[in-house]
Amino acid sequence: MWRDAALVAERDLRVELRSRVAINQVAPFALLVLVLFAFALDPDTGVLASATAGLYWLVVLFSALLAVSRSTSIDEVDGIRDALRLSGLAPAGVFLGKVAAVAAQLLLLEVVLVVAVAVLYDPELGGFPLMIATMLAATVAVASTGVLYGAVVSGVRVRDTLLPVLLLPVLAPVLIGATKAFETAFGAEGLHGWGWCGLVSFFAVVYLVAGSLAYGALLEG
Amino acid sequence: MSTATTILAMSDGGYLAAGWLGAIVLVGGYALMTLRRGRKLSRRVPEGERRWS
Amino acid sequence: MSDPTDSIDPFDGASVPAHTGSALTRVLGLSALAALVVWALYGLVWSPPDREMGDLVRLLYVHVPVAILFYAGAGIATAASLLWLRGRTPGWDALAVAGAELGVVFGALTLLTGSIWGKPTWNTFWTWDARLTSTALLEVLLIGYLAVRRVDPSPAGGSVRASILGLLLFPNVIIVHFSVDWWRSLHQPATVTRLDPTIEGDMLVALMVGMLAGALVFAWLLVHRFRVAWLEQQVERHDLDAAVAARRAEGGLSPSTSTSTSEAQPA
Repeated sequence: MWRDAALVAERDLRVELRSRVAINQVAPFALLVLVLFAFALDPDTGVLASATAGLYWLVVLFSALLAVSRSTSIDEVDGIRDALRLSGLAPAGVFLGKVAAVAAQLLLLEVVLVVAVAVLYDPELGGFPLMIATMLAATVAVASTGVLYGAVVSGVRVRDTLLPVLLLPVLAPVLIGATKAFETAFGAEGLHGWGWCGLVSFFAVVYLVAGSLAYGALLEG
Repeated sequence: MSTATTILAMSDGGYLAAGWLGAIVLVGGYALMTLRRGRKLSRRVPEGERRWS
Repeated sequence: MSDPTDSIDPFDGASVPAHTGSALTRVLGLSALAALVVWALYGLVWSPPDREMGDLVRLLYVHVPVAILFYAGAGIATAASLLWLRGRTPGWDALAVAGAELGVVFGALTLLTGSIWGKPTWNTFWTWDARLTSTALLEVLLIGYLAVRRVDPSPAGGSVRASILGLLLFPNVIIVHFSVDWWRSLHQPATVTRLDPTIEGDMLVALMVGMLAGALVFAWLLVHRFRVAWLEQQVERHDLDAAVAARRAEGGLSPSTSTSTSEAQPA
């Protein structure tokens, strides 16, 4: 199964490298939203700095929608789903491979966004171990949930409008947790940052397992 | 009618009315909609296949 | 709803009525109506006002049962989805959509009564109270579930994507509920959307009658909605058969007798 996952991850990432969608479209979108937030919230009043954690994760969530949509569409091309099914690859492996590919892209984006946010919003950064742990946990959580729900809406004509409606409420706890963890890392008191990071990690595990179990049925159905 | 006046005389009578009436309207409306769908669909299905048991 | 030619045995030659009523729904419906009347009387007239909330507590006699039924609807959708996955019987799929739709209706009602209760209490229609926020999120989840079903390209009788989505409702409900609870507890002490657990006397009766009436209404609606879903499956199967027969006629073949409809018995 792990070899299958590596295979699929490699394929997805190679498709991405060749088309450069993440670099050319998702990253600019993310940066643009960061800028738009500054237009919406007056940058002089310090609101941006204090809201940095939440705004950051909002941007990550919206970008993830695009990344997941892209990942799902790779396999919607004629015949790919059947090819995957008949290829003998373990469905759980296919799922994990896709999650790895999406997670890799998201992590890269998140690092870029940390730099961007540090420059644009001028927050008090800190608590890097907690930040990194949260980024890892949240990325896996978002990627695994996204690939699973992507498969659920795969092939439906209104997939792109349906995916956000399904994914965003499900990911609300991740948004809450990651934000609280980041706020704690930045110095806020009494927010149990590591507890929230734990919750997000638990969420990630739940969806890794759920996706691995359900992906086979979704490929068939 | 004294029940009605009792209810309206309560504090926050307006909110109570809104809540309870809202419930009746929402659930009742949904019930009517469902019953009507049932009738319309039943007519489209040949008689032998209308029952579910 | 009552039809004089309706009979308990549909195959005795009498004409089968074109509606979703039956002896069962009549019993449920009448009991529900009776319970509703008693509930209204207890809730609005016979029970005393609360010591702290005053008469506003009477809204909670609606809000609490309705919130429980919201979760019940979601739970039925999840359980039915699981059972469909195991047996692929169309009946479970019909139950899943019925439960989900009822969940949406009662969820909307929970949000409505919660807001109405909140306005005079906290002077605002919306407050990020844990219960309201969770309910709102879960309501969107259920709406999303129904949205997917509506655009599902699979034929009637259930599909893998719908059932997986239904199954996922369960972990989602739990995670959302606890996350939001924890989130809100960081900012405000436990709110008073719960009734005082030491509630007693006529107030307790009002609440209990409310649960009973709500459950009966829910059951009545569920039966009807299940039958509507079942009929939808029948209609789609029938249309499919007709289309196939038409194709065969075009090709000069005799229309084959349909075998699919007789197998479509819910569990």
